[in-house]
Amino acid sequence: MSTAASTAETIEPLEDREELESVVIRFAGDSGDGVQVTGGQLTQVTALAGNDLATFPDFPAEIRAPAGTTYGVSAFQINFGARRIRTAGDRPDVLVAFNPAALKVNIEDMAGGSLVIVDTGTFSGRNMKKAGYDTNPLEDRSLDNYRVVEIDISKRTLESVGSFDLTQKQALRCKNFWTLGLIYWLYGRDRQPTIDWLNVKFGKIPTVADANVAAVNAGHAYGETAELGLEVKGYVIPPAEMPRGLYRTVTGADATAYGLVVGTRLAGLRLMFGSYPITPASALLHALAGMKEFDVITFQAEDEISAVCSAIGASYAGSLGVTSSSGPGIALKTEAIGLAVSTELPLVIVNSQRSGPSTGMPTKTEQSDLYQAVYGRNADTPVPVIAASSPADAFDAAIEAVRIATKYMTPVFLLTDSYIVNAAEPWLIPDVDELPRHKVEFRTDPERFHPFLRDEDTLARAWALPGTPGLEHRIGGLEKDYDTGNISYDPENHHRMTMVRKAKIDGIADDIPPQTITLGSPDAAVAVVGWGSTYGPINRAVDDLQVEGMDVSHIHIRHLWPLPRNLGRLLQSYEHVLVPEMNTGQLRTVLRSEYLVPAVGLNNISGLPFKITEIKDAVRELLEG
Amino acid sequence: MNVEAKIEPLKPKDFASDQEVRWCPGCGDYAIIKAMQKTLADIGAKRESTVFVSGIGCAARFPYYMSTYGFHTIHGRAAAISTGIKLANPGLDIWVASGDGDALSIGGNHLLHLLRRNVNLQFLLFNNEIYGLTKGQYSPTSRVGTRSPSTPLGSVESPVSACELALGAGARFVARSVDTQQKHLPEVFRRAHEHQGTSFVEILQNCIVYNDDVFAEFTAKDVAPDRQIHVAHGEPLIFGANQDKGLKVNPGTMSLDVVTIGEDGVTESDIMVHDETNPTLARMLASMEPPDDPVALGVLYCSPTETYDDNVLAQVQEAKDRIPDADLNEYLRRGHTWTV
Repeated sequence: MSTAASTAETIEPLEDREELESVVIRFAGDSGDGVQVTGGQLTQVTALAGNDLATFPDFPAEIRAPAGTTYGVSAFQINFGARRIRTAGDRPDVLVAFNPAALKVNIEDMAGGSLVIVDTGTFSGRNMKKAGYDTNPLEDRSLDNYRVVEIDISKRTLESVGSFDLTQKQALRCKNFWTLGLIYWLYGRDRQPTIDWLNVKFGKIPTVADANVAAVNAGHAYGETAELGLEVKGYVIPPAEMPRGLYRTVTGADATAYGLVVGTRLAGLRLMFGSYPITPASALLHALAGMKEFDVITFQAEDEISAVCSAIGASYAGSLGVTSSSGPGIALKTEAIGLAVSTELPLVIVNSQRSGPSTGMPTKTEQSDLYQAVYGRNADTPVPVIAASSPADAFDAAIEAVRIATKYMTPVFLLTDSYIVNAAEPWLIPDVDELPRHKVEFRTDPERFHPFLRDEDTLARAWALPGTPGLEHRIGGLEKDYDTGNISYDPENHHRMTMVRKAKIDGIADDIPPQTITLGSPDAAVAVVGWGSTYGPINRAVDDLQVEGMDVSHIHIRHLWPLPRNLGRLLQSYEHVLVPEMNTGQLRTVLRSEYLVPAVGLNNISGLPFKITEIKDAVRELLEG
Repeated sequence: MNVEAKIEPLKPKDFASDQEVRWCPGCGDYAIIKAMQKTLADIGAKRESTVFVSGIGCAARFPYYMSTYGFHTIHGRAAAISTGIKLANPGLDIWVASGDGDALSIGGNHLLHLLRRNVNLQFLLFNNEIYGLTKGQYSPTSRVGTRSPSTPLGSVESPVSACELALGAGARFVARSVDTQQKHLPEVFRRAHEHQGTSFVEILQNCIVYNDDVFAEFTAKDVAPDRQIHVAHGEPLIFGANQDKGLKVNPGTMSLDVVTIGEDGVTESDIMVHDETNPTLARMLASMEPPDDPVALGVLYCSPTETYDDNVLAQVQEAKDRIPDADLNEYLRRGHTWTV
């Protein structure tokens, strides 16, 4: 769909506006305020305007926490700009606070001088008390450092939808769209895509659609006509330089789903997805459940163990079994993953990591399951591990996971995290017909067959499906004889089988791309080494530091097990190796253990992504300190 | 080699693998596998499309001794793995071989959900009321007071009744037999195979080493006729060495009473006729225990309904029919897109 001209008349020509390179906006309100929907619309409209962007939805754990409480505050942050955007932004330039609790929770993230838009209609004594304010923050001068725009958004929304047949409650629900209209004016966004979306979304209740459209238009008109003061004026953010092609926005959950479906098709297989609901992994189950027309089977199992076992059963029968969860659920699946290693069946295990241990903070992000993926099983049970570095990257990472699982007859871990799952960014949509195939060949020849016959190059065993005449065989978790596949307790055979399982996984290092330097050169003083969703903040930090003239490079690792063959030598060429991680130093330990490099950590276990400045400061300290 | 050419019917021994059977001499499992091999020959099963799936335990060795496809998995999970196999290839004929620990303890949750979903496969529970492979601990079906290495003073837990549990979970086929009943067992297997949906079969199996003769009170030759009742659909519930005992509904207590035909004015017409589609009757039969009541053997309940795998795959087919030749490139380009 093209960016059609707005139907609403534009009074002020955008070319007269001041240009900004990028802006960070955060919406915050009750979980029932429609904050995420508002953010989603701004994301779409901004993408259509040609800006690069990154988003960060931050949900409370509660589904509908009591209104007005600080723990019920839901937030959505978007960073968009005329340059490449790597993160959702360290600090918002604009905060929209729909109630006192939202102000209370978010104000400390705001830089001095930033714009704070508050709905004064919600600043009742009761609401302020609920948020923990003893005095009215709008009057006690505690916000003097900010440019506070006080608007009774509630009242203005009610006025704008007064002519529609709505209850007061329904009418107030339009206030997120009134506010969105104001933001659209502020940044010169086109309202039409949102108006179209509302008309489709509420097609069956046209009154609600019309009221929300009226609210968008009223908010926009308010920006144009009201004297907001405080040097608040309309800005323009020109399109970013991006590689040519067709784009859409995509969340990590959707990109993972698409990658799994495409990867399975490239293997010539059917996808069978067994999963059990868990935050934040459920979004993948939902996405795949909606793709049945692509021959996808989804199975919501009775528990995590059944989920992984059903996937293993499906792989045994010739589909690609995929299971997904978050750390605690992965722990439950661990025994079954060992079975898949022992029986050498393909399986993809997606771990959308979250804060732990135990239940931890289910809606917050972390990357603390690397040990679990690389080492976390009984016995010598190696499993390849791949990590996605951003929402869009999850597509390619998922395809790679499928390729390795089927080519090497092995479970593969695909690590994402809560941030990647929920965040959205522009995605250059590939032509799936152009992607390289990795078609699976099943064994059908009974001649000299046994189930643990290995391919000489990959060491993968033959995949022979039940239903094939002449290949009837038995497999299981007991040790197998190398030469016949029958049960064996022979000591030397067990040693040999353990070593061949290890050699098979180690050998994958020859079938993955050598480690590249994401940004910078091999002879810089500092290598900032990351994996997973720290890609954005590391990349922006290194980019900025290079502009400042600092001697620093960024290396981002996709294949965490086995590691790329050249990684050790590459790391040894740097004076300093800094490993920022949202854990206490898991990759750092792996790198030290594998390569004896003096890697140092930068560790943030707050449940929130790194800020760019944190990484910049750490690099400066290394070089100057 | 032309596979088509040899269509000679397979014999029971053709279903035995080349692996040496390693159950204890005298184990009831020998009788069960013999009955199974006979059944498969009788029903004309194909080796290539038959899959035995097991968890862990003595019973779980079953697949290794069959010449069909087999998957020896992990403790308690055979039901879950079988569900995945069935969804991936509904054409496969799946038999799960499980034990009382495997199915009712560590795998209890999976069994519950397998039964309520009604996945089309046969689930065999070899119940010997003891843990054999781990050397004799009491199991969830062990009777109160069972002395074992882990309960030297006797167990204090109430046992679970496998068939009652299956019925409670929504099983649509529940049958019971005894390892040594070599005429009865293949017939029960045949019925289980014929049934569409999860067929639950409890096989009372003697563990000669750790729980010998635990069922002797109703399987010993001298007492068996009076302490077993073989139920058959449409036939009166009559048993006893003289075929003069029967089950009569007591409307006052809503239970089945054991009565003697010819005594107290009871005639054969007073005896309840077995209706295997009656779930209430099935529950009453499943709950009967010696010495007061005979143990009910045979098909206690059979009432087919839609199967899980059919319904799941029908939804997929429906989606594919709605959007024939669904195009991934098109799918990825739905909604808001823009060109740079």
